[in-house]
Amino acid sequence: MDFKFDIEGGNFSKAGSASSDVKKVLKKLNVDPKLIKRIVVSIYEAEVNVVAHAYEGEMNVSIFPEKIVVRIVDKGPGIPDIDLAMQKGYSTASPAVREMGFGAGMGLPNIKKNTNELNIKSEVGVGTEVELINYLN
Amino acid sequence: MEKLPFYHALKVVENVCIGCTHCMNVCPTKAIRVKSGKADINKHACVDCGECLKACPVNAIIVEQDDFNQIFSYKQRVAILPTVLLGQFPDDITEEQIYAVIREMGFTHVFEVDEAVDLLIEGTKEYMRKHSQMRPFISSFCPAVVRLIQVRFPSLVENIVRLKPVVDISSQFYRKKLIDEGYKNEEIGIFYVTPCAAKIAAVKSPVGEDEMLIDGVINMDFIYNKVMLSIKQTGKEKQAVSNYRHLSTTSIDWTLTNGEASQYSGRCLAIDEIHNVIAFLDKLENEEITDVDFLELRACDRSCAGGVLSTENRFLAVERLSKRAKKEIKRQAETEEMYSTYRPYLLNNIAISEIEPRSILSLDADMMVAMDKMKKIQRIMRVLPGIDCGACGAPKCKVLAEDIVQGHAKMTQCVFLQKMLTKEELISPQESFDISEETWGKGRFEKKKFNS
Repeated sequence: MDFKFDIEGGNFSKAGSASSDVKKVLKKLNVDPKLIKRIVVSIYEAEVNVVAHAYEGEMNVSIFPEKIVVRIVDKGPGIPDIDLAMQKGYSTASPAVREMGFGAGMGLPNIKKNTNELNIKSEVGVGTEVELINYLN
Repeated sequence: MEKLPFYHALKVVENVCIGCTHCMNVCPTKAIRVKSGKADINKHACVDCGECLKACPVNAIIVEQDDFNQIFSYKQRVAILPTVLLGQFPDDITEEQIYAVIREMGFTHVFEVDEAVDLLIEGTKEYMRKHSQMRPFISSFCPAVVRLIQVRFPSLVENIVRLKPVVDISSQFYRKKLIDEGYKNEEIGIFYVTPCAAKIAAVKSPVGEDEMLIDGVINMDFIYNKVMLSIKQTGKEKQAVSNYRHLSTTSIDWTLTNGEASQYSGRCLAIDEIHNVIAFLDKLENEEITDVDFLELRACDRSCAGGVLSTENRFLAVERLSKRAKKEIKRQAETEEMYSTYRPYLLNNIAISEIEPRSILSLDADMMVAMDKMKKIQRIMRVLPGIDCGACGAPKCKVLAEDIVQGHAKMTQCVFLQKMLTKEELISPQESFDISEETWGKGRFEKKKFNS
């Protein structure tokens, strides 16, 4: 079963709405509340990343009997050095973004912590694709 | 596993209900449908917040209370008053007078719930120290909020502070005190005067507690009327023995917004009104809001002053209670000493057991079945108009779609679909009419007779 949600770059007032919609779906599907929390926390981070860095993006959720796969694809600057971006505290966020309480450099590390599998593909100047896989049971 | 529904104090009086859509549309947990022209409350989803009662244009939704005369089956009759009760009266009626009239009504002891607040604060501080990993702590103060979290935010259940609400602490205190004075347990009847439906429900089926500490519940508006009547009839001069004790400022402020949040260190927030609470919990659940230490969440606007059984305008009630609290600043509270002997006993018994999640959100326990149902809902949503008119007896098109998939409703209840099906001659006009009568009641479409 697939769901698609749009993410608007630069609109912090709506950051989190895609994650909230995913949460509602998972609750309806009787997914374990603890797993829902982990998934929602990590896709929220990924959603904020798109809002903070990219021009536009979308969140694709695929639900299988054994796993939940969330793919967040954006059109944006891309990540030049993924290993560096994975380090805690590293951030390229602008001072304006930091002032809004985002950009602490915990985004990707937090996602990794809350996901069974994390795959990142990125092309500088084109965009980034983040895939989060969580297994049920 | 089918869980037993909560006890609910909110009841629909069938012969008064006119079968409109006011209550159905305001219910924050979508617990109400209209069937056969009457509002029908789903016991699993209702959290006793009282929004329906406030919205009802004909007072068809009531708060069921115990028969007042049952107090006389006990030798010792204890009335526990919520502090907001004292804020309901005009300025020229004193606390002493109110206490005195309530004693005249037949109670042998009268005291205020929030006398035991200092103890709960101490217990809560200790709890937060011990469970520091459970931040943010959500207060268990408001039973409607506790139930709301159980049914709509199951993943936040473990953040609720697992300590008795103050009404249970104070009733436990009074019972113990009377037993120590030589009375038998069965001679003691403890009656709580409630400002809302949720507190009754919590007393009748406590969350995380095994024993019922309170013997009966009396609605606050009932007591208000009795007190007003007595003072009007016998005059203000009369002063019987009142046994009024001065409370601490903290106790008086406790049930008002920020009464709890102001007592703890760290980042503490006070949020009142159920829609505000829902919006906040939504963000908290996503961890969009972090670094909060303590949350005071209350279902009513202006907290208990806005309870459904309050009679006075809530802003005026808050003003009066604040005035009363200011008067008490200089005075030493007379309640502390009395509680001090029982402190260790009460603190030892302050914990409650685990609060269980009771999610009403999942479509099915089996995820594959749930997924199937969700696909069906998506298909149904394509043919429903999406205007949420409520003419089908459900508050939203989405809710009707869910009801259909769960086998509780029929597609043809939708008036838009009825029109289409009639036009295509798939159902007869009579069938269409009959379906609408099932929702809105027999004879509902006939001309009204007015007495002019």
